Amino acid sequence: MNNQRGCTVVLGGEAGQGVQYIESVLVRVAKESGFHVFADKEYMSRIRGGINTTVIRIHSERLQAHVEGIDVLVVLNRGVVSRLGGRVGTGTLIIGEESSLDGGEGVAVPFAAIALEIGRKIYANSVALGTVCGLLGIDRDRMADQVGRQLSGKDDEVVRANLLAATRGYDLGVDLRRDKGIDFGLKPAADVAEHLLLSGTEALALGALAGGCNAVFAYPMTPGTGVFTQLAQFSREVDLVVEQVEDEIGVINMALGAWYAGGRALVTTSGGGFALMTEGVSLAGMIETPVVIHLGQRPGPATGLPTRTEQGDLNLALYAGHGEFPRIILAPGTIEQCFSFARKAFNLADAFQVPVFLLTDQYLVDSIATIPDFGGNPVEIDQRVVETGEGYRRYRLTADGISPRGIPGYGSGSVCVDSDEHDEWGRITEDLDGVRVPMADKRLRKLDGLRREVLDPELTGDPDYSTLIVGWGSTCGVIREALAALAVPGLAFLFCPQVWPLPETVAGHLARARRIIAVENNQAGQFADLLQRETGAWIATRILKYNGMPFAVEELVARIGGEL
Amino acid sequence: MKEQTANEFDNRPEMAWCPGCGNYAIRNLMLQVLGEMRLERENLVFVSGIGQAAKAPQYYNVSYFNGLHGRALPAATGIKAANPRLTVVVESGDGDMYGEGGNHFLHAIRRNPDLTVIVHNNMVYGLTKGQASPTTPLGTVTPAQVHGVAAAPLNPLALAISLDASFVARVSVHRPEVMKAIVRQAIEHRGFSLVDVFQSCVTFNKVNTLRWFTDNTSEVPPGHDPSDRQAAFAMALREDPWPIGVLYRHHGRQTFEKGQKMYHADDTPLFRRRIDDAAMRTLIGRYR
Ligand SMILES: Cc1ncc(C[n+]2csc(CCOP(=O)(O)OP(=O)(O)O)c2C)c(N)n1
Ligand SMILES: [Mg+2]
Repeated sequence: MNNQRGCTVVLGGEAGQGVQYIESVLVRVAKESGFHVFADKEYMSRIRGGINTTVIRIHSERLQAHVEGIDVLVVLNRGVVSRLGGRVGTGTLIIGEESSLDGGEGVAVPFAAIALEIGRKIYANSVALGTVCGLLGIDRDRMADQVGRQLSGKDDEVVRANLLAATRGYDLGVDLRRDKGIDFGLKPAADVAEHLLLSGTEALALGALAGGCNAVFAYPMTPGTGVFTQLAQFSREVDLVVEQVEDEIGVINMALGAWYAGGRALVTTSGGGFALMTEGVSLAGMIETPVVIHLGQRPGPATGLPTRTEQGDLNLALYAGHGEFPRIILAPGTIEQCFSFARKAFNLADAFQVPVFLLTDQYLVDSIATIPDFGGNPVEIDQRVVETGEGYRRYRLTADGISPRGIPGYGSGSVCVDSDEHDEWGRITEDLDGVRVPMADKRLRKLDGLRREVLDPELTGDPDYSTLIVGWGSTCGVIREALAALAVPGLAFLFCPQVWPLPETVAGHLARARRIIAVENNQAGQFADLLQRETGAWIATRILKYNGMPFAVEELVARIGGEL
Repeated sequence: MKEQTANEFDNRPEMAWCPGCGNYAIRNLMLQVLGEMRLERENLVFVSGIGQAAKAPQYYNVSYFNGLHGRALPAATGIKAANPRLTVVVESGDGDMYGEGGNHFLHAIRRNPDLTVIVHNNMVYGLTKGQASPTTPLGTVTPAQVHGVAAAPLNPLALAISLDASFVARVSVHRPEVMKAIVRQAIEHRGFSLVDVFQSCVTFNKVNTLRWFTDNTSEVPPGHDPSDRQAAFAMALREDPWPIGVLYRHHGRQTFEKGQKMYHADDTPLFRRRIDDAAMRTLIGRYR
């Protein structure tokens, strides 16, 4: 088995089948058993059928990275083994119905027959779940307890039958563990109980609320939709306006209207939807109305691969919107950062009156992991709205370019915003040198203050490096783990959580390297291009991936290793 | 003119409209209505898109959001979402509202935010110099439609009634008293109210002139029942003459903002609400 202190379980089956049920019980029961968990999924763009797989890493240490190697593969359908191809190795224990093993080796377990004995075929998922739990040495009562919680609200008979099915599977798993002499070396970690278990989507939605988000507007588009539906769920309990708008153009304009009148709105979408918002982004730049945009990337162009992952929209976020105006782009690399950056985004938007992007991707938002709790005072809201008086000037020219932001309904002044070039009062103007130029300068002047608040890059590995790997966004975890596995002296990784504006320190880090390797989940190396343009560094080596899947640790170890 | 100078909503601006433009008449009437209604200036917001008509808010002493071409309605809806206590009036052109903003027009009506939407319908794209708008009559020759407009004109009233808009009216600049009374009713109405205003464009529309409005419109007959949707729809389809007045009214439709759970019982605006640590910890605690 390829992991010493943990194991990787992969579940594969049709959409709408049991993968999700098994996954959600398994990750929770693993966490309750004191293990760290990381899971990521890939799925086909359809409602039923196809093949979906979930990779679940159960470990004594906290990890956040996709891997290729599989210790235990649970197949719920024919075709899974063939689709996974080379990822299924000699060390992989395959469990499934005889008919689902694709003619290959594996332990045939009659999930369906056992389920039928209990009552209905649908209980097969619980049999499979039980088998995995037995195999991993998870406590039987813990498993039963979690199954019960998962099915709460269902009828007693259904719960009883599923519990029985899980127990039957569990006994088979225990036998298998003994017969095959399996030991994953799993040791509970004391701190896991203090951790949270949540997805990038959930973390981002919670972070938004903690930053004072009180309105969310969206038009459904994978993988941005999850944040919208999650917030819609939260709106049962907290004050939050939720509206599904007719199109993404409406979405961004509604969000700007809400911010203008004192709300703190989030929009969430993916590349195609965001493309429709670009004129609105430009409007935000012109009227200096804050807005927070979650852009969950998926492979393009056009509709691309709707349910897969890519980091292909950095340039889109960077350049979206005509004209010149400042913006901020944060790219969380971990699930913890999904929370903290979403929270920060609202305060940055409010402070600088600019659009703030949260640039994620399918892989990150759909991943779940055990992460440290956010602490006792998770709320951080820095609301900068001012009360207006007579003669209020929405665009008062100031030294730092930031004009105190009034809102209608709070003070006696008129709050006038105009997408035309405007004077300090927000009135349309055609005075070019007297008004246009000072206004344009004022808008761009905000960049100075904004650069002082950037998130610093994070350096890991050998501080006396000669080779420096650079990355941004969701590749953070996988690069870090690959680096640790490589353990090569002279090698370090610079993770850039903020991709615009870039921190000034980045140039220094790059300058100290003899060689720079960019790792990006896209085709061209968009971030490497940006770094070259902004710092003058030369980044010839680019490890890229754009088949719709995230990098795996083993793959990066080989590809980085191959460059050294 | 005398009420105008005393009017707190008048900012006596320099205006970028052509001499003789129907927009001046609309502006005067709007100022009178605002003055007479004694709306609180502090809680009044105008929203517009882009075009000559859309400049109107600039010429009042009010808060305004002069946004993008075609996008006034989503912005206005967002404003109501953030602060339901504000009175929000949208004022824009026919091209802006029915052309570029057509999709928002449909869905805003369905959503029914409490907005008053005043459309300066001069049946032409004025600012961009005379191209056809969605309401330009069939066959009209323009610099862009050189063989005459081939697309059937959009009937905003019929469309709005088909979507069960909560208040649908047409007025015309040649009947100022009717317009004043109806704009006032529209602002008082709770829900989406559409007021389509026949407006002359002296530069680019030589057909639909003041004279034409006088000759081709008549007030809806006193017997018309605005709560009768079928009758209202039939009335909206009439073109000879075109009806002036309130065609349709659906009282009691829930507004968009009231439909948001947080505003069911309390219309406190968003900027006066704040999530606290305890509520946040409760949500986070579920992920333990
Ligand atoms: C996205 C976009 N497309 C086109 C334009 C150009 N444009 C400005 S106003 C206008 C038409 C205005 O027509 P209408 O709304 O009827 O206003 P009017 O000038 O007739 O009062 C157009 C096409 C624009 N500003 N933005
Ligand atoms: Mg027009």
